Amino acid sequence: MPNEKKQCQHLAGLCAALEKNDNYLKAKAYAEKVLALGNDSLEKTIAIAVSLCLVCAVLVSFAAVALKPLQVNNKELDMKKNILDVAGLLEEGSNIDTAFAEKIEPKIVDLATGDYVDSVNVAEFDQRKAAKDPAQNITIPKEKDIAHIRIKAKYAKVFLVKEGGAIKSIILPVNGYGLWSTLYGFLSLEPDGQTVQSINFYDQAETPGLGGEVVNPNWRALWKGKKVYAESDVASSEKGLIAEADKGEPALSLIKGVVDNSKPGSQYQVDGLAGASLTSTGVTNLIRYWMSQEGFALYLNKVRTGNGGVS
Amino acid sequence: MSAVLNEETKKVLVDPLVNNNPITLQVLGICSALAVTSQMSTSLIMALALTLVTAFSSAAISAIRNHIPGSIRIIVQMTIIASLVIVVDQILKAFAYDISKQLSVFVGLIITNCIVMGRAEGYAMKNPPLESFMDGIGNGLGYSLILITVSFIRELLGSGKLLGIEVFQLTKDGGWYDPNGLMLLPPSAFFIIGLLIWAVREWKPVQRESVEYKIMSIAHGEGGHH
Repeated sequence: MPNEKKQCQHLAGLCAALEKNDNYLKAKAYAEKVLALGNDSLEKTIAIAVSLCLVCAVLVSFAAVALKPLQVNNKELDMKKNILDVAGLLEEGSNIDTAFAEKIEPKIVDLATGDYVDSVNVAEFDQRKAAKDPAQNITIPKEKDIAHIRIKAKYAKVFLVKEGGAIKSIILPVNGYGLWSTLYGFLSLEPDGQTVQSINFYDQAETPGLGGEVVNPNWRALWKGKKVYAESDVASSEKGLIAEADKGEPALSLIKGVVDNSKPGSQYQVDGLAGASLTSTGVTNLIRYWMSQEGFALYLNKVRTGNGGVS
Repeated sequence: MSAVLNEETKKVLVDPLVNNNPITLQVLGICSALAVTSQMSTSLIMALALTLVTAFSSAAISAIRNHIPGSIRIIVQMTIIASLVIVVDQILKAFAYDISKQLSVFVGLIITNCIVMGRAEGYAMKNPPLESFMDGIGNGLGYSLILITVSFIRELLGSGKLLGIEVFQLTKDGGWYDPNGLMLLPPSAFFIIGLLIWAVREWKPVQRESVEYKIMSIAHGEGGHH
C-alpha cells in the first residue's frame, strides 16, 4: 500500500508540474480549439487524421512488440515439433525443446556441392528467410523449376537423427507449389539416402479435406518404405560412380488411385490424394525437384559413399 | 443489469440473430462465410474474432463520432478497424498458434468484412458507445450463428467429423460413410447459405423483398416496341 501511495503522489506531482509546463498548456489549448472547430474544416480534418494515426500506430506497435517473443517461441516450437514428428520421435507430453536438443542435429548443406558448410551459424540460419534474401538465394531457371518455387536458398538446413554416433535418419526440408499454396514440409529418409521414413507438411493452404489431406496420418503412413531413386542409380553411386548416378532422376511419384503393392515398381509409387490431382502433382513435383541435383541428390550421394566428410 | 439492458440494447442485441441477420437478411460478410466454414473449429474462432472486432470498433468509432470529419469518415473507420484486426491477429499468433495457422489470411480479411464496416457506418456513427458496442456484439452473434450452422453441416457431411472428432466413420478408414467432397469446397457454403435464406424467409415472410419488376404476360402485353 505505501508503495502505491508513493506512486500516486509521484503521479500527482507529475501532473502538477505538467499543468505549469508551457508546452503542455499550449498543446491543451490547441486541442480544445481544434475540437471546437467545425468537423469539415481543413485544420480539424488534418488534426484528427494525424492524431488517430498516432493512437492506432501506438496500439498496433505495442501489440506487435509485446507479443513478439511469444510468437517467435510458438514458431520455433512448432518447427521442432514437426521435425520430431517426421523423425518419429514425437511423444505425447514430452518436452519438445529437450527432446529436440537431445536427438536432432541440424546441419547446413551447400546445395551446389552437397558438402556441409561450417561457416554459417547453424542455430540462426533460417532457410525460408535465406530463400528471400538476394545475397543468399538463387533464381531457379524456368525449365528446371518443376516445383514452381522460382527461388531457393543456396544453403539448406538438414537435420540428422543420430544414435550412438550413427545416422538414423536424414531429414530434408522440401517445398513446392500445389493448387492454392506453396507446401512446406520435411522428408525423412533412412541413412541409405533412398528409403522414405516419413513425410510431413507443416505449412500449406490446400483445400481442407481434399488437397489438405496431405497432413492426414493415414496417407502419410503410405510413404514409409517407398524408394526415392531407381535402384540402379543408387547402386552406381554406392560404387562411387557419382557422375553416373547424377543422371538418375528421382523415380518416386504419386499416382492416380491406389498403389498395388504386389506389382513391380510399386516401391516408387504413393497413392494420389482423392479429389486433389493438382495437389498430388504438386507433391510429386516438389519431391522430384528436391531429390534431383537441383536439390539434395549430390548431398545424398555423398552421404551414401561417405565422401567429403559427409557421414 | 436491467438498467443497462434497456429496450434499445435488447433490440440491437437480439434483432441481428434472425430478424435482421447480417448474412441472411443483409447478405453481408459472405466471402468469409464461404472460406472458413469447412471446419467448425476455424468457424468458431473466426466468429469470436469478428464479434470482438465489430463490438470494439463500433464502440471506438461511436466514442469519437461527433468529431469525425465527414470527408474522411470511411478512412477513419477503416483505420480503427484495421488496427483492431491486426491486434487480434497478433494475439491469435501468440496464444492460439495452431488456429491462427489454419485461419491464415482470413483473420486479416476481417478488415474487408462488410459487416464490420456496415455497422460502423450504419449504426455507430449515429448512436452512443454502449449501444454501438452491443450492436456490434449482436451482429457478431448473428454472423456466428450462420457460420456455425454452415460449418456444422459442412464438416459433418464433408469429413464425417464435428470439431475434429469423428462422428461418421469414413469408408477410407474402414467405416460406412462416404464423404461428400463438394461440402469441403467453398461453393457448398453458397448452397447452404442460400437454403438458409430461403428457410428464414419462409418462416418470416416480412423479410421477403418486394418485387421490383413484374414479369408481363405475353398475351396481355402492350405489344410495344423495345
